[in-house]
Amino acid sequence: MSSRKTIDPSGFSCPLPLSDHPLVLMAHGGGGRLMNQLIEKMLGPALSSPLLDQRHDGAVFEAGNARLALTTDSYVVRPLFFPGGDIGKLAVNGTVNDLAMCGARPLYLSLGLILEEGLPMDTLWRVVQSIRDTAAAAGVQIVTGDTKVVDRGKGDGIYINTSGVGVVANSVSVLPANVRPGDALVLSGDLGRHGVAIMNAREELGLESDIETDSQPLAGLVRQLLDAEVEIRCLRDLTRGGLASALVEIAESTGLHLEIDESRIAVREDVRGACEILGLDPIYIANEGRFVAFVSAASARTAVDVLTAGQQEGGAAVIGTVSEAGPPGVTLKSRIGVDRIVDMLSGEQLPRIC
Amino acid sequence: MKYLDEYRDPQAVRGYSRALHGITTRPWTMMEVCGGQTHAIVKFGIDQLLPPQLTLVHGPGCPVCVTPLELIEKAILIASRPEVIFCSFGDMLRVPGQKRDLLSVKASGGDVRMVYSPLDALRIARENPSRQVVFFAVGFETTAPANAMAVHQASRQGLRNFSVLVSHVLVPPAIEAILSAPHNRVQGFLAAGHVCTVMGYTEYEPIAKRYQVPIVVTGFEPLDILQGVYLCVKQLEEGRAEVENPYSRSVSRAGNEPAQDLIRRVFVVVRRKWRGVGEIPSSGLGLAEEYSGFDAEHRFEVDAREVDEPSECISGLILQGVKKPNECEAFGVLCTPEHPLGATMVSSEGACAAYYRYRRMQVHDRRSGPRIREVPP
Amino acid sequence: MCLGIPGKIIEIRGDDPLLRSGRVTFGGAVRDVSLAYVPEAGIGDYVIVHVGFAISRIDEQEALEVFRYLEQMGELEELREES
Repeated sequence: MSSRKTIDPSGFSCPLPLSDHPLVLMAHGGGGRLMNQLIEKMLGPALSSPLLDQRHDGAVFEAGNARLALTTDSYVVRPLFFPGGDIGKLAVNGTVNDLAMCGARPLYLSLGLILEEGLPMDTLWRVVQSIRDTAAAAGVQIVTGDTKVVDRGKGDGIYINTSGVGVVANSVSVLPANVRPGDALVLSGDLGRHGVAIMNAREELGLESDIETDSQPLAGLVRQLLDAEVEIRCLRDLTRGGLASALVEIAESTGLHLEIDESRIAVREDVRGACEILGLDPIYIANEGRFVAFVSAASARTAVDVLTAGQQEGGAAVIGTVSEAGPPGVTLKSRIGVDRIVDMLSGEQLPRIC
Repeated sequence: MKYLDEYRDPQAVRGYSRALHGITTRPWTMMEVCGGQTHAIVKFGIDQLLPPQLTLVHGPGCPVCVTPLELIEKAILIASRPEVIFCSFGDMLRVPGQKRDLLSVKASGGDVRMVYSPLDALRIARENPSRQVVFFAVGFETTAPANAMAVHQASRQGLRNFSVLVSHVLVPPAIEAILSAPHNRVQGFLAAGHVCTVMGYTEYEPIAKRYQVPIVVTGFEPLDILQGVYLCVKQLEEGRAEVENPYSRSVSRAGNEPAQDLIRRVFVVVRRKWRGVGEIPSSGLGLAEEYSGFDAEHRFEVDAREVDEPSECISGLILQGVKKPNECEAFGVLCTPEHPLGATMVSSEGACAAYYRYRRMQVHDRRSGPRIREVPP
Repeated sequence: MCLGIPGKIIEIRGDDPLLRSGRVTFGGAVRDVSLAYVPEAGIGDYVIVHVGFAISRIDEQEALEVFRYLEQMGELEELREES
């Protein structure tokens, strides 16, 4: 009779207490505190490398004479098609943007498709066309790929992974570590469109509006900022978890204190209306075509001008500064002029009635 | 947005804050009843605009926080059944039962859906005739008319596959329970403006008189809350104990009569257990006889035994205003928003969650006094 | 327990009072809202909406009260300072 070896859970050196979250929850992918913990306590330490430890959207490294940026992202959005876009558009723009956030010129994307058995071929074709069109608009090529099919019921129709490679000019260094006190925080546009559009489509919340995803490639705007000689310290696009999570992450990784002004953050009226009735705070809502740029105070004005000229929709503004002093974190001056601390949410923001 | 932005005007907010500082001569403890008001106070930082002598206690006006553990367990059991589509407001999805919450039922494969309105659950029932659709009918009086309508329409439409798990609670009995407790420190109340929109405020008049406490019907925007606090303090300073209604743009003394009519038809007053507080007689609503066929507790016969709260959780004392979150040993240590022990840490306007967000600022803040930066012209 | 937001009624349908509903706009985001509990409300009126139900019609005159009160307080303050 073989002796069954029992595993002593305390022997696991996994610092994320398994007993607390024995199952992966949606919140672990929500861009908030739980996802942050998963990265900081499990993935990061287990897979640690100098580049990974920088925790930036992409890894920048030398290859011969060039500096390359490498990034990856996966797309699991439901529904597959939503106002203004689809999973294909997100998959291309999302990875293009991660590269742009490293200061890179995006060049090539790989495309991994995981398809669910039973997915209508028409649906796949629609998504593929969208990938093609979005790549063309973003100026990148899909150069390699992979396709897998999983059993019916084991996937949401389509999951997509895109990895991207870009080249970073030698003069460019865009990293959280570059941020210093006195720098200005510039927001590239209005918040909340993507998250509201998706939530409304997915949860069938019954809102009618013109709210569409703001998914767009950002590399061109970053290029324009660099050409205008804006002194960019760091860039971060505002995806899951919204502006708040991105800023808290940067504050925590740099140890700096950031101060932002709610009245300078643009939110479209109808997005605001939707947020009000659902009880959502726009600073936590996902965007797919917005970023925050940490720039020198002297180049802040130019940055706003470039971003305003470079986009059809407005909303670009200086929304805050990097403080000279203060504990790592983010303080927001509310609309009524009083400060409060901004923290990450533990999971996805949910509509409330209370 | 009209009727919203004006009540967030920084100058007017300053005006009330100054006036409040002007009339406050002594320490006073007031309770704002409604979780929505707590949320606004935290979000806008309103407590920083109050004179230091004033203490605002966050009351039990959060159905998320007070829904008894047994009912959450029942919800989890029902939601786990394969034939059930369990519909709920977003607020309830993360409230911890003994071990799990509704979101983790979803993680295990349960069909748990978030809805904005109870009528959405009704629609889901119509669209899925072969499934049992259960709606978690939680709330104070504000939500009762909506839930009543859903049940009433289900009855009229003969929607046999629809049922509700009811956890309605009433505010006035809760206020009385707080005031009659021997350790009560609350001297004045900001009544919940939308509860009163539905019910009016006649029920509060005997309470104000019996316990000699001012009760001010207060709205939810910063200006409303400041005005509510101002009028409450003014009454306290002048030794008055009346019911006042500054939220008159929405509230009338009699309240919303068509809404009350349907509530009276669909519901009856029952005794209810409040999580962390205990049973308060005549403090809840249950389905009336005519609609009892829509009661999910009967339809599913789920047996959730008396469940004990984790012993470290003192949310009951916090809901009653007896202790502050930072006086709890588990606060910030065993109990955080990521690993909540009780509902007051889960709910975004639960007192503990609200405190948690401020905690780091208080620990690190070397400055004294409220941090108010001048509003630029 | 009371997230109620003001919106403007832009369309009404339904004759049966209990089924009376309308489209209400919140800064441009529109939703179907039950108007069963505000029989007195009409197109152009603002209502407070909670979980898809209008629970009150906003009284325009009363809505100005909080500002009038503030003004009066300001005037009182001035009087006090003068005397």
